[in-house]
Order: sequence, then C-alpha cells, then structure tokens
Amino acid sequence: MGPSSSSADLSAEMEVDAFRRLFPLQFYERHLLESIRPDGRTHQQARDTTLALGAVASADGSALAKIGCTTMLAAIKMEVMTPTTDLPDEGNLTIEFHMPPICSPIVRPGKPADIAAVISKELSDTILSSGMINLKELSLVSGKTAWMAYLDIYCLDADGALFDAALLSAVAAFSHLQIPVVSVNDEGKVFIVSEEDKAGKPGNEPVNIDKRKLVLSNIPYSLTCLLHKNYILADPTAEEESIMETSLTVVLNSSRQLVSLYKPGGPVLAYTSALQDCVAMTMQRVKELQKILNEAISDMEVV
Amino acid sequence: MEIDRTDGRTANQLRPLACSRNVLYRAHGSASWSQGDTKVLAAVYGPKAGTKKNENPEKASIEVIWKPKTGQIGKVEKEYEMLLRRTLQSICVLTINPNTTTSVIVQVVNDDGALLPCAINAACAALVDAGIPLKNLAVAICCCVAESGYVILDPTKHEEEKMKAFVHLVFPNSVKAVLPEESLCVNSEPWEHGILTSVTRGVMSVDDYLYCLERGRAAAAKLSDFLRRSLLSELLSDSTKAA
Repeated sequence: MGPSSSSADLSAEMEVDAFRRLFPLQFYERHLLESIRPDGRTHQQARDTTLALGAVASADGSALAKIGCTTMLAAIKMEVMTPTTDLPDEGNLTIEFHMPPICSPIVRPGKPADIAAVISKELSDTILSSGMINLKELSLVSGKTAWMAYLDIYCLDADGALFDAALLSAVAAFSHLQIPVVSVNDEGKVFIVSEEDKAGKPGNEPVNIDKRKLVLSNIPYSLTCLLHKNYILADPTAEEESIMETSLTVVLNSSRQLVSLYKPGGPVLAYTSALQDCVAMTMQRVKELQKILNEAISDMEVV
Repeated sequence: MEIDRTDGRTANQLRPLACSRNVLYRAHGSASWSQGDTKVLAAVYGPKAGTKKNENPEKASIEVIWKPKTGQIGKVEKEYEMLLRRTLQSICVLTINPNTTTSVIVQVVNDDGALLPCAINAACAALVDAGIPLKNLAVAICCCVAESGYVILDPTKHEEEKMKAFVHLVFPNSVKAVLPEESLCVNSEPWEHGILTSVTRGVMSVDDYLYCLERGRAAAAKLSDFLRRSLLSELLSDSTKAA
C-alpha cells in the first residue's frame, strides 16, 4: 500500500500541522470522509459572501466583493465614444481583470499572470453572452455617440474561486452604475456634465437625466466546484485548488439558463451525475447570491 | 426543426477528417489534423530537462505555445494555451519523467470553425508520435445549439457565427479491453463518457447542454475510432519500412 498506509500510521503520532504540510491530500481526504472540510464547512457550503457597493468614489459604478478571503474590487468608468459603423446604435464594454503582486505569492511584479488573461477572457465572454447588458442602452445619439464602459476588476486577495468573486463584483458594479449626465453643446458635441457645472451654467440642458441606470436582465451567477474522487467541493479555497486540481465552474442566470459550463481538463472526469449535482448546487447558490445582491442594493438606497 | 447546412451535411455528420503524423523532420513528434478546411499543425519537443517556476518538479510539465495563423497572440490564444495545457496534462502520465518539460507547439494553418477541438486532436496525435507516455487519448468535438434547440456537430466558421451557443467537449477515447464491460463503468456510466474538458459560450438550457453531451459522446466514439485507425495504419507502415 506504500505511501497511503505509511501516512495513515504516521497520522496517529504526528502533529496535525506537520501532517497537513507533509500529506496535504491525505489530510483532506481524512476530513472529507467525515463530511467536513478543514475550515469547518460541509462539502456543499460556500464561504461567507459580502458585497459593498460604491467602494470607489471616483468611479461611475463600483463594488467590493468578498467570498471568504478572496477579495475583488470592480470599478466602471464611462466614456463617450463614436460607435462603429456596423453597429451604430450600440455602446461597448471592455472588461479587464488584473492580478497585482499583492494578491498572491505566485504573481511576480512586471509579468502579468497567465491566469489573469484567461479569467479576463472568461469574464467578458460570460458577461457579453449572458445578455445581462443590452448594449443598445449604452447608445446616446444613434450613429454619433455612445457610451464606452471600461470595467476593471482588481484582485486584492486571491484565495480560490477567483472567477466567482470577479463575476459577482462585476455584476454588483453594474447594478451600482450611475451613468454620468451629459449634455450637447452648440456644435452638437456631447460632453459629460460635472457636478459643479450643473449648478453654475444652466445653459446646457442635460439630455439623459432620466436614463441614468442600466436595466440588468438575466444576471449571471457562478459557482466553482472541485471534483475529487466522488466528492464535490463547492467554492474551494486556494489551498484546496492546489491540492485537488479538477475544477468545474457553472454559470447560471437568474432564469436558470446555463451561461457557461467550464471544465479546463483535470485528472478527474466529470460524469453526467456529477454535472447535475454541480448544476443543482449552483441553483442553490444563485438564490443566495441574489439575496446578497438585493440586500446590498437596498442598503445603498437607504444611505 | 431541421436546419439546412450550406455544405449539405446532416446534423450529425462531421467534415472529412485527415490525420498525418511525422510531418516535420526536426520535431520529436508532429502531426497535422484537418477537419474540412480547418487545419492545425502540432509539434512536440521534449521531454527537456527542468521545469519552469511554479511547476511541481516531482512531475513532468507540459507547456503549450499557440501560434495563430496571422498576428500576435491575444487573450483568446492565451485561453486556448491554458485549456490545451490542462487537457494534455490530464492525459499524460506525468510521473514517468519528473522534472522535465515537454513543449507542444500548435500552428493554426487555417481556421474554418471548431478550431480548439481540431487543435486538441492534432496535439494528441503529435504526443503519440513523439512517444510521450499517455494514459489515454483525448478526442475533442464541437457542438452548436441553434435558437430552436437544434444541435449540429463540427460547425464551419459560418455556422458558428449564426448559432446562439456552442459547446467544446473533450472526452477520453473509447476503450478496447478484454475486461468485462461493468468493470469499465463509473457510477453506471461508461468510462469514456466522462468529460475531460468542457467550454461553452452563449446561453442555453441545461437540457440543451445534456443533449449536446449525448450527441458529442456519439461523435467522439467515431472520432476515436478514426484516430485509432490512422495511428495503427501508420504504425504498421512504419514497422514494414523498418523490416
């Protein structure tokens, strides 16, 4: 039986911390057998999730999302641009995901982490294909001007399930977004009216005073699960992700449609039964996240 | 509702497949794989000594370099590289050559839809050609879902653009073994029905996805037969040459 039986023998006489470092997989499996994880969660339980809207005062929309220790800061900056000729009445959206060296020991300054580019791509695919934002709403004057929304997400602390936290912060930033007031000057040029201008010069009438919120439909919510043997672990920490390599991310929207099912390889194969379990767990998680998002929005309105 | 495909294929029909190995002289292993007009060339170098930073030196490591047909690599290519690397890592026996790196270079020759599946198939054939120890082969397939929930396999670029969603699926190859069939089942599902990699784009219902899965598995069985046949025939011709 080689290493597994010897580690079992050792576990009786070794300190827990030493055992955890020397035999991380066996350490986890011993916990999983008892239907618990080392941080006290059950297999299907996600970590505590908090959302704070309006974390960046200078941005047009921002949010800070925390899932356990994983922290994401998302901010949106709106700019006026000229739409492309093939899509004259649509605005545009650019999503960028950053992993500065502060977030994790594996990121070195200077060279961006490969995983950041991948998550960035996954996020834009998910947000744009989910149909959450109607790009036509970002149009100002058809063919002339439209909004360009720059969404930047900074990972401040990378402790697993990065995509879930990034998506949550992105969605929250969009629900917090206040489109700036614009007005048209005499030459027909559209410009953003700042707070001071509004009081000072009454000449330029703001044109979009009643259209300052985006309507979000079919909001996507995601849950990452780890597959290990027959176990399914929801919302993994970075430690769990490094020990058990097979992850599966399910993204569902608020009307329970599948937006993405992402499994990038991994030693464990996903069978239909496991898939269905993951989808069921995500449905549960969607309800939780909807509640958290709605609470955050209503807290914001009270203030 | 049925959809007429411009090239007259039925929904389940794949484009003509072609696979040739040992196409490059200097590479330790190489293969070209084409599905209709989509063609990918893959070369394998290695195993070379040493692993990169942040890799586990107790295991063999795989690096993938994706070369697009034209231009610089961007986020899309970075994602392809990551998906390909993770997929190949899960089929290779990584404990045999610890502390080595095997490079897989993928050159896109022409993209006419289903590019990632085509590249995975090519890379897998190139690994076989290089004699890298593998647990099993990987076969990749692309399914497209139309507005009505109708599913077509192996789409061309034109078909990909007008569909509402697509799914890239990678399965292990079907097993030929003398063992009783039950012993190859996992939770009453055949072993080869397990998903190695799944990437989706676009909104669909969960049932649509499960339907794609079913169709993808059937196509993967055919693909895996093709791969096995083409690998075998070249092995045989190699051995006759040697004799």
